[in-house]
Amino acid sequence: MKITGAQALIRSLCNHGTEVIFGYPGGQILPIYDALYDCEDVQHILMRHEQGAAHAADAYARATGKVGVCFATSGPGATNLVTGIANAYMDSIPMVAITGQVRTTSLGKDAFQEADITGITMPITKHNYLLKNPKDIARVIAEAFYIASTGRPGPVLVDVPMDVSLAQVDYVPVDKVELRSYKPTIAGHPIQIAKAAKAIAAAERPVIYAGGGVISADASEELVELAERTNILVTTTLLGKGAIPETHPHSLGMLGMHGTAYANYAVAHCDLLVAIGARFDDRVTGKLDAFAKKAKVIHIDVDPAEVGKTVHVDIPIVGDCKKILIELLKHIRPREESTWNKQVMQWKTEYPLKYTNDGELYPQFVIEEIWDVSKGDAVVVVDVGQHQMWAAQYYKCTFPKQFITSGGLGTMGFSLPAAIGAQVARPDKAVFNIVGDGGIQMTIQELMPAVVHKLPIKIVIMNNQYLGMVRQWQELFWNKRYSSVDLTAQPDFIKLADAYGAVGMKIEKPEDVRPALLKAMEIDDRPTVMDFRIAREENVFPMIPAGQSIEEMMLHRPKIK
Amino acid sequence: MPKNIIQHTITTLVENRPGVLARVSGLFARRGFNIESLAVSITNDPSISRMTIVVNGDGNVLEQITKQLNKLIDVIKVIDYTDQPTVERELAMIKVNAETKNRAEIMQIVDIFRAKIIDISEKTFTVEVTGSVAKIDAIEALLESHGIQEMVRTGKIVMMRGANG
Repeated sequence: MKITGAQALIRSLCNHGTEVIFGYPGGQILPIYDALYDCEDVQHILMRHEQGAAHAADAYARATGKVGVCFATSGPGATNLVTGIANAYMDSIPMVAITGQVRTTSLGKDAFQEADITGITMPITKHNYLLKNPKDIARVIAEAFYIASTGRPGPVLVDVPMDVSLAQVDYVPVDKVELRSYKPTIAGHPIQIAKAAKAIAAAERPVIYAGGGVISADASEELVELAERTNILVTTTLLGKGAIPETHPHSLGMLGMHGTAYANYAVAHCDLLVAIGARFDDRVTGKLDAFAKKAKVIHIDVDPAEVGKTVHVDIPIVGDCKKILIELLKHIRPREESTWNKQVMQWKTEYPLKYTNDGELYPQFVIEEIWDVSKGDAVVVVDVGQHQMWAAQYYKCTFPKQFITSGGLGTMGFSLPAAIGAQVARPDKAVFNIVGDGGIQMTIQELMPAVVHKLPIKIVIMNNQYLGMVRQWQELFWNKRYSSVDLTAQPDFIKLADAYGAVGMKIEKPEDVRPALLKAMEIDDRPTVMDFRIAREENVFPMIPAGQSIEEMMLHRPKIK
Repeated sequence: MPKNIIQHTITTLVENRPGVLARVSGLFARRGFNIESLAVSITNDPSISRMTIVVNGDGNVLEQITKQLNKLIDVIKVIDYTDQPTVERELAMIKVNAETKNRAEIMQIVDIFRAKIIDISEKTFTVEVTGSVAKIDAIEALLESHGIQEMVRTGKIVMMRGANG
């Protein structure tokens, strides 16, 4: 029996395990939304902007490990996805974006709502398709899921012209994909693994540097096993948070520009750096020739293009982090805790994370209270800026896929729609959305679907009435010339929450923090918007200025000369 | 050229599909690299195209580009022929001013370069020449003095010497 291309598309999505789609309809994607109307196996969340759909699908993928799916129509719908797709690409998130497109006969003619979205997204997708032949629907969707979720994950876009979704096709499900030009390396080379084991056994001052790749490969258990058996301390990247519980005695928290001083000291002085699923980002390394300069480097990563990209690697191992760690563990013998560990622990005591306690409301305190109230068990969805770094420093993650944030692209406005994706993915968990007063205003419209779907997201606005991170840079490096960072003019977030049907609260004193959070934890049928009026000019420390070395690390605000 | 910049010849075998050239060239454009020459055509397997790309650039950056080319889903194989023993050829057609007084000299040049005159008009010869890039540069320089009306080069194609591919 023949069905429409749109029906074949929806069936193909279901066939690959799609349960939720985040999207926004429009003219050219109408046939697909019509087919979706009859489909009972898929929930569609109607966002209020396509960018929100992409971020929600992205966060759904981060929270579940499954492929996130988003829909948008042609032209402006598709271009509105672009930031979200770039965001997923930079953080290697498996996502399939389906866009409507004008009829194949109109392609390239500047038809109404036409945009060359495959051309536009070429550099920000792992791969994309212009689906011109209705016969290819099942195969292309199968390939899209396969490409998105294997090797180094990433977003795949499928552009579907309207005549293709209207065409009559024989639907034959495609489950197995074979691409001669795409064969990700999965197993690590045994000789390299043996070399790595030897280097680990020989090292006197080893450190593990774990990134988001550990989480996407589900390799946390193996990572913790490696750390425990060898007594090697572990620092993680922003996206690696939760790869090892940060309450674990071997965890050093995050490294890099705003990482803990002790993690950065450990990396600066180590003689072996074991990088796992991390890509030596500039926010991690700072000045390249000063980064871990005494260390031999082992780099375990699924993407061969990452090996030696910025840092010289002595022992590269390309493949799936989990598989490699399982093999590596076969060679690893227990090591005693060394004087090196004692040295790092001493740094930890000497240079702890700290903030002022003078009766003002400090954001770090708010994060600590959130951790306490949520017992360290919430899914934390964080935007971009100062509050992101405070959350990374003070919310001690206890499990993988717990900390969801825009790392590589640094997309302000990511977190509210992302919190929707995360709460839909994890109805069993409390979801905290930590966001700045700048970021929340970029995607505030997504409060609506959160209310519609009764999602009890706890939105914590760290409101300093500034674009805080930019202001911090202006204060420290631009002579306090506060150009265009004052956000004093802003809506009343309580009234705004009320207008959307969410609960609003304003918190101005430290003693009001806990009661507000506890109240939010009680609300289970709608989002809560908490407007925390934090110390306006609080900065994020420690800080290693961009492109500099650990020698330049600031532990606190420089004294006025 | 600065000393770390050298000329690279990279060959890619790709799926013969729309958009592949844009994906490949995009990796060079992103870094502001100019492609000096590019030759694309199908191979003995009509589903596979072969691209020969000549580009000047820093060795480390080109190694990175090569790795990223390999990551493109439509790219089947990437070979960097730089410093490899290869045979290389390029073909050019040169339309040169040719009037009674200089025809003999041009025909002599054509002869020496084992080129061919493939079209003739009252005022011009069209010369076909095949050879290494250097040989084509040389005949171009010699014909220049007669006035070149139009010129087209295919871009370099290469193959490894001997039995190995």
